[in-house]
Amino acid sequence: MGFLDTLLGRTKPVQPKLDDLFALPSAAVTLDAGAGFKPTGSGSVCFRPVEGRSFSDVQKDVQELLNLSSHAEGGLPVEVSKDDYGFTWLVSSRMSDELEALVTDLHAVNSSLVDNGFGPQLLCTLVAFRDEQERRLALIYLYKRGSFYPFAPLPGERRNNALELEIKGVIGDDLKWEQDLARWFPVWGAPGM
Amino acid sequence: MAARTRYAPDRGLTVRMTATMFLLGLVFVAFIAAIIGIGTAYGASSTAIVFFAVILGGGFAIGSLFFSDKIALATAGAHEVTPQQAPELHGIVDRLCALADMPKPRVAIADTDMPNAFATGRNADHAVLCVTTGLMRRLEPAELEGVIAHEMSHVAHKDVQVMTIASFLAIIAALLIRIAFYGELFGGGRRGNDQNAGIIMLALMAVSIVVYAISFLLIRMLSRYRELSADRSGALLTGQPSALKSALVKVTGQMSRIPTKDLRASQPMNAFFFTPAMHLSPKGSLANIFSTHPSLERRLAELDKVQQQLGRTAG
Repeated sequence: MGFLDTLLGRTKPVQPKLDDLFALPSAAVTLDAGAGFKPTGSGSVCFRPVEGRSFSDVQKDVQELLNLSSHAEGGLPVEVSKDDYGFTWLVSSRMSDELEALVTDLHAVNSSLVDNGFGPQLLCTLVAFRDEQERRLALIYLYKRGSFYPFAPLPGERRNNALELEIKGVIGDDLKWEQDLARWFPVWGAPGM
Repeated sequence: MAARTRYAPDRGLTVRMTATMFLLGLVFVAFIAAIIGIGTAYGASSTAIVFFAVILGGGFAIGSLFFSDKIALATAGAHEVTPQQAPELHGIVDRLCALADMPKPRVAIADTDMPNAFATGRNADHAVLCVTTGLMRRLEPAELEGVIAHEMSHVAHKDVQVMTIASFLAIIAALLIRIAFYGELFGGGRRGNDQNAGIIMLALMAVSIVVYAISFLLIRMLSRYRELSADRSGALLTGQPSALKSALVKVTGQMSRIPTKDLRASQPMNAFFFTPAMHLSPKGSLANIFSTHPSLERRLAELDKVQQQLGRTAG
């Protein structure tokens, strides 16, 4: 925010950064090779709905678009859920080897929102992974920062920080990591994990 | 582009705020000019007094800026909470910070039934956000989120810094009034050896009183505009102006029924509160020009504008 905007008390809504999302498929390969985590095939986009007709129209369009494309490819329809904080999650479920298609789905949600002027409402995107011991892991993309962080929940709202840091090391430079650990905020019970 | 029109800044508010700050600057310049005038007309002794007041006032302002978080928490009787102690509250703050791309402030809870919230700290990295248990008990999660988004807008707008700098002039003027007053009181006995001193003191006092009165009103006006812009930014951030509106209605409705004992204890904190604890009279413009917060009606009307803006169809 510029000096003048601060002085005048104006916040400019932060526009999302979308491009880095496509780094996921190649990072997933590294993740599998280095730590044995495989994509589950599901992922979700989390955004903040806006009051009024305009936004609900856009959301309906996005859902229809995704349902059409996944139906054509024999996938499951998109799930919509609302969390306790009032955020909406669109969950797309694909086959576990179709990570690229999943990322394309997620990106379609982003671009529809951005095209209709609702880019600032995007919060994060989540792609779920599992290893052979059924440990859960998500790579979360923060739209406003254009960066990723790992999230490994344990039962009872605890998180496996050691595993998260390990994953960051394993994937290394394949993803643009969120360097500020204070911004690795947990998403307990996120749909699509 | 749709994005630009939907989140466009409120031009009227910007103009009014700029005008207020310009007037404050004008008063400041006039104040300096008057003091230099007094100094050159009656000799150097007044310059020393003014210099002393500026140093003292500056120290006071910097001190209150640096310790604003600690002072505020202590005044409100609040304590910091960890994510384990208050998971829902931290969850709300986490999400809003990610949405607004802001560093996460420390989160505190004040154990009082008075529904309120404030954010303070000299910058975004040292910010602390505090809500009262009364607020959490009364509001729905969406409304609480609206209030927190309002407070986080204060942090983003650096309101503590802006208001401290704006108040600097008033602090100096108030100090000069006091110094001049005591100077008259104690200097009165030895009028024979320095006649000028008495006149200087009187002139200083007169100028300072005028400056103090004008800047006081301007600061209050600035504070009200900054509340409106925090309402606006907060509502744009959450995308739910109606949640903030219902929070405002609930909280201001409850405020007037709180016993006075609690109110007096939290009086110095008013400027940073979500809604002020004192309500002189919600209607009537005379009360409004002295108040730190705009009237409920005004705030609701401004939020209506945000609502229309967000609902505007693309294209």
